[in-house]
Amino acid sequence: MATVELRFSALPEHVRTARLVAAAVARRAGVDEAVLDEVRLAVGEACSRAVGLHRNSGVTAPVKVALIEEEKQFSIEVGDEAPHAVPGGDTPGAQDGDAEIEEDEMGLAVISGLVDDVEVTTGQNGGLIRMTWPTAPPVTALL
Amino acid sequence: MDLSLSTRTVGDRTVVEVGGEIDVYTAPKLREQLVELVNDGNFHLVVDMEGVDFLDSTGLGVLVGGLKRVRAHEGSLRLVCNQERILKIFRITGLTKVFPIHTSVEEAVAATD
Repeated sequence: MATVELRFSALPEHVRTARLVAAAVARRAGVDEAVLDEVRLAVGEACSRAVGLHRNSGVTAPVKVALIEEEKQFSIEVGDEAPHAVPGGDTPGAQDGDAEIEEDEMGLAVISGLVDDVEVTTGQNGGLIRMTWPTAPPVTALL
Repeated sequence: MDLSLSTRTVGDRTVVEVGGEIDVYTAPKLREQLVELVNDGNFHLVVDMEGVDFLDSTGLGVLVGGLKRVRAHEGSLRLVCNQERILKIFRITGLTKVFPIHTSVEEAVAATD
């Protein structure tokens, strides 16, 4: 199971909370200090995207964030429950058509520019962005 | 941390000083400010980002939107930023080619190209 799990209502004001929690857990897991800014930004992008998808398609379910500490790596999964459009097709229910889609793509562009190890999966029942960073061995292991 | 905005006029330029975090929650406030300035006839904007602690793609989208608006009036939108973590976001999205980025407000205000 995940080290820390977070579920929040799909509202923009909660994205900051997700960023803060993710950065705190990443720091504890041993993610390099220099990379924490990237973790913060990437998880914020993924959560903003999920919030936008939920709001645009009227999904009332919360956005889910799983922070997973594993041996030598730390992963963050951000899951949404919005029905995803076929790539290249129209997004049903998008109010501001092009602008929404552009922002969505810009968020993904930032994530893929920041994170080397990222997987994006989408299906009829939602999507998942999984991002992974290497961790330094805990200090106690060096003794 | 919320977003802080203040504007002042320097010659024919309008300087928008932004502080705090520009994200999916606060970016609409920046958008409103830029739209209002353009609607009031301020077409040469300098956005001072030195007090910005966090910027995400929503914020980038608002800046690009601002640029589109001023360009429709043959205006300009220049940024002031020296923070590496903010500059990095412009770099990975290729937006360093879109925005003139200056190291000081004085330099941005004096720029004419």
